[in-house]
Amino acid sequence: MTLNIEKDVLMLMLERMWRIRHFELKLTEMYGAGEIGGVHLYIGQEAVAVGACAAMDDSDYIAGNHRSHGHPIAKGANLKKAMAEIFGRIDGYCKGKGGSMHLADFSVGILGESGIVASSVPVATGAALASKLEGKKFVSAVFFGDGASNQGACHESMNLASVWNLPTIFICENNQYAVTTSYRDTVAVEHISDRAQAYNMPGVLVDGQDAIAMYEATREAVRRARNGEGPTLIEALTYRFEEHSLGLEKIRKSVYREDKEIDEWRLRDPLEILTKNIVDTGMATQAECDAVSTAVQVEVEEAAEFARNSPFPDESELYKDMFSSEMPVV
Amino acid sequence: MTEKMFMQALGMGIAEEMRADPKVFLMGEDVRASVYGAAAGLHDEFGDDRILNTPLSENGFFGAAVGAAAVGMRPVVETLTSFMWVGMDQLVSQAAKMRYMFGGQATLPVVYRAVMYYGGGSAAHHSDRSYPVFMNIGGLKVVTPGTPADAKGLMKTAIRDDDPVIIFEDGTLLGTRGDVPDEPDFFVPFGVANILREGTDVTLVAIAGSVPHALAAAKELASEGVSVEVIDPRTLVPLDKETILSSVAKTGRLVVADPAAKVCSAASEIMSIVGEEAFWDLQAPMQKAASKQVHIPFAQSLEKLVYPSKEGIAESIRKTLD
Repeated sequence: MTLNIEKDVLMLMLERMWRIRHFELKLTEMYGAGEIGGVHLYIGQEAVAVGACAAMDDSDYIAGNHRSHGHPIAKGANLKKAMAEIFGRIDGYCKGKGGSMHLADFSVGILGESGIVASSVPVATGAALASKLEGKKFVSAVFFGDGASNQGACHESMNLASVWNLPTIFICENNQYAVTTSYRDTVAVEHISDRAQAYNMPGVLVDGQDAIAMYEATREAVRRARNGEGPTLIEALTYRFEEHSLGLEKIRKSVYREDKEIDEWRLRDPLEILTKNIVDTGMATQAECDAVSTAVQVEVEEAAEFARNSPFPDESELYKDMFSSEMPVV
Repeated sequence: MTEKMFMQALGMGIAEEMRADPKVFLMGEDVRASVYGAAAGLHDEFGDDRILNTPLSENGFFGAAVGAAAVGMRPVVETLTSFMWVGMDQLVSQAAKMRYMFGGQATLPVVYRAVMYYGGGSAAHHSDRSYPVFMNIGGLKVVTPGTPADAKGLMKTAIRDDDPVIIFEDGTLLGTRGDVPDEPDFFVPFGVANILREGTDVTLVAIAGSVPHALAAAKELASEGVSVEVIDPRTLVPLDKETILSSVAKTGRLVVADPAAKVCSAASEIMSIVGEEAFWDLQAPMQKAASKQVHIPFAQSLEKLVYPSKEGIAESIRKTLD
């Protein structure tokens, strides 16, 4: 097997995917121990964020959603500050004011993670507008789910990006369920990527479990965007291995998806797929790949310890950041 | 100083700031043709790259302005108050909350120009006076110029401000005239009320389109021997409560004239502040001369009953003197 992709990119993707996986597994453990509240896990979808971000530069922007621990980590965010934010501590990215659904590190080109689904789609489109107006080369990508793809904000933004020929990359992570509702019951076309036709942009359906496929599709979208050829819609077909959020395991009782379906998708674990691809090319051995996972686990443990030891924001923080400068308290 | 219409003064403010900073651009529906007037001539001067006609997608382009601002541009967005409802998610969930929610990481120098048409038989979907809603949300600066000079000076301050600002351009004022400073360094600061007329008997706070009616009412009362102090707060967020409180300390009486519907209006908030902080200064119950709590009816015979008029404001002033 040969790949049109360099070893350092593959190993970086593997490392970042393990960082996300171990981060999420640690959160699951800490939730069980009562250390944190319910959060939306990214387990099963790691290849989407990591494959896409690996095809972008540091100067490019991304925006995410409520299920977005993976996106900042994929873009290079620091795990300690991410974990501290989930703990609501002063050393978190947002000084404890955002929490799990707003895990944004602006220093690595994150424009925000929105708790209102699709709400960050126009924002990312606007960053791309700035790039075009200023004659810059950066691109802006936004990750949103199959549920969000039905929001007007998505449709308005795709149309806007197309008529203005903006360097925007719309990445729909179709994990197939909006909480408990299948996209097959809510999306009128067979594939969400089919909608691109209505906005006169390329629509690409990608195996979201395959980081290399995500990387390649995004690389082409980035090339087009930087070249002034306009936006692309990428649908990454993926699967949410866990429930909508930690603490919502009870919704399994509604049997909105069969155990058999979950088991089948778990066989398509994005980490196993990438590891196998790397090993098959001979670029690295299984042992080298395993070592990446082990090293990252240590980093995640350190992040958890850092978060636990960080103080809560004190009262002096309450009114700070409402505005850019001092305002009278009303 | 040159005499200008309020609408021209708004346009002067935008044009001067666009000349001063290439990061300022204007976008909105039909802005190149300047259907609402204030953007007249801007497309000729600044061209397609800085004057952007948008699709009718308020949620989309309100949010695009947020994104452009987040990466360093200074967008000015033109819309109508009544169309703001269509894009509320971006105004509230993004423009207003981003800075706080991300612990100060986001700086959003974006201006939303909300043209506020009412009083002209446009019925309920084109007649909103919605600034109190945005006072309640937080994270947004809320600006309501009442004179042509303030229209220019507040617009310029809004464009240079690093926070999201909504400037409500009162449709009933667009044709009013007044002296406007020509200097490009003329700025009206936020949070500083303007005492339009000094007086000793009653404090009359007037917001946006109420300003001319308030001044007319004050003049009428003067002929009856009542001295009315007229204050235009100019910005509701931040609000210069000190000027209002010190006036009430002097007069002991307060009337607030507000074109917004009376429930949870700007007048409500101002009266609440005076009630909490200056109750013992009051010599009579405060009066709210706000719009009636109804949707705007199309029929002129009904619409004219809704807004605070000179007569209504004068009546409210007299009540404080009973």
